[in-house]
Amino acid sequence: MQAPTTTGAPNLNKTLGERRALRSAILSGGTWIVALIASIPLFSVLYMLVVKGGARLSTVLFTELPPAGFELGGGFGNAIVGTLVMVGIAALISIPIGILAATFLAELGPTSKLAAITRFLAKVLTGFPSILAGVFVYAAVVLTMGGYSAIAGGIALSVLMLPTVILTAEEAMKMVPRKMKDAALGMGCTRAQTIWKVTLPTALPGILTGVILGIARVAGESAPLLFTALFSNYWLSSLREPTASLSILIYNFSSMPFDNQIELAWAASLVLVLIVLVFNVLSRLLGKPKA
Amino acid sequence: MASNPFAGAAPADAITRPPSSGEYLSDRVFRSLTLVAAAIIIALVVYILWEIGGQAMPAIRDHHVSFLTSSTWDVQSERFGILPQIWGTLYSSLLALISAGFFGLTVAIFLTQDFLPPKLAMVFRTIIEMLAAIPSVVFGLWGIFVVIPAIRPLADWLHEYLGWIPLFGTSLSGPGLAPATIVLAIMILPTVAAISQDALNLVPYRTKEAAYGMGATRWEAILKVMVPTAAGGILSAMVLGFGRALGETMALAMLIGNSNQISLSLFSPASTLAALLASSFPEAGRIEVQALMYAALVLLFITLVVNIIGTFILNLTQRRISGKS
Repeated sequence: MQAPTTTGAPNLNKTLGERRALRSAILSGGTWIVALIASIPLFSVLYMLVVKGGARLSTVLFTELPPAGFELGGGFGNAIVGTLVMVGIAALISIPIGILAATFLAELGPTSKLAAITRFLAKVLTGFPSILAGVFVYAAVVLTMGGYSAIAGGIALSVLMLPTVILTAEEAMKMVPRKMKDAALGMGCTRAQTIWKVTLPTALPGILTGVILGIARVAGESAPLLFTALFSNYWLSSLREPTASLSILIYNFSSMPFDNQIELAWAASLVLVLIVLVFNVLSRLLGKPKA
Repeated sequence: MASNPFAGAAPADAITRPPSSGEYLSDRVFRSLTLVAAAIIIALVVYILWEIGGQAMPAIRDHHVSFLTSSTWDVQSERFGILPQIWGTLYSSLLALISAGFFGLTVAIFLTQDFLPPKLAMVFRTIIEMLAAIPSVVFGLWGIFVVIPAIRPLADWLHEYLGWIPLFGTSLSGPGLAPATIVLAIMILPTVAAISQDALNLVPYRTKEAAYGMGATRWEAILKVMVPTAAGGILSAMVLGFGRALGETMALAMLIGNSNQISLSLFSPASTLAALLASSFPEAGRIEVQALMYAALVLLFITLVVNIIGTFILNLTQRRISGKS
């Protein structure tokens, strides 16, 4: 190393001639390539959905029943109804419990032992394999009710939806400024009144984001429905009967040797992805002010 | 119910008033309700363990540990073993984690280290997050009709010329470990990328400025300062990604071939615990269901351990980094 000469400022520019700078440039180039490769799958999936699924898209799909074996045509109206009904049941179960639990975690006992354990288990449950929700509900509901049903399917989905609702609702309630809650309490509100009149309304957009995210997550699930709701080729007539869903229809049809069924599987995939994406975009729009 | 402690607490000329008895009562009820709801989560997890464990009991009594080390699944003779499934679950998840880890960390660096203007980074982040929104079955369908045909030429070439390497020891007959692993890697990429991004974002900006100030190049700053500082978060991203891969079901059930064998080859069909459950459960008889419950218990145990470790590391590192800055 030479001692710096006294004349002029040192040269701070890096040129590619230097080994270190060259290495950095090559790594940067590599990162661009890797990042672009990582975005290929999404576009490939969307392209296939639009091309293969879009080809069959028509109103018939929404009004007719799934075709059997060699039949041509048909649709999956019952599967769309089934998916919506079961997601609805899941939402009815997990939204009240989830928001109440989140209220406890965020407001009433944030530092208590119970809250710490609940929060930890909710986080662990977000990584809970969805198939195990199916196994659990099979043991707990299907065996006791004596058969596959939309109710069992909905309960299985609610197990998966619950942690998402709890964790996002807790975050949303924690974002409500302390001052607002203190002001309400100072006016003589009880804790419950503060929560109902100040915290919950203020945190509503954030809570909705979580709820819709939870719905988006379970709408595409199939593993928990495989042996709780099973499948049905007929319209939903009772919540206590086997029920069709879009995801199970895709799973069943994907392994069939008939072109008609494969085409329907693609069309059902397109509809399912559209449903899931709509919910995702909704939750993003609602969650925007936060970011 | 306790009587209202605020009764008579208001002076006559106050503009505010204390809660009435009714309000006091509803406050108590509401508070207990939230407490119950929080306790329900704990009860749910306990009930899940108890229910699956209880259903598996007969099978555990019949097969003991041999269930974990045997590789036959014969319904007729009621002999069950899940060694190939345990192997397949761990092997496919590990392979998926290697590729998703590399891609996910690179994407996280790409998005957090000023490679893109903020608006574009936002768009790109959305693209990666959208991957997580695509349902597993749709990935399965895509795998069958896009991934398998796409990798077939490469797989054939690798098997023909490099067949002596155990990894390429068999030819690709359709469904198999390679397409399943590719799809699995794509599915856990958003998890790995998102948690790694959070970890890198948590590193205080001045840490990077200090590195640049010392004359470090961009990649010297990233590899020697940013990534080591965020190492805890990145590690938890890998562990949680691994946990997600272990439990992934539908895409694997559709792509892995559900074959009861242990092989190192990327192109041979295999099976995983989740895929076994998905493919066998709907048609299983009572005895087989008990064996499947045992398999579910094993899967539950593995994923719970991995997820608890991942969540624990994440909590620990987040507390440490945010405590420091």
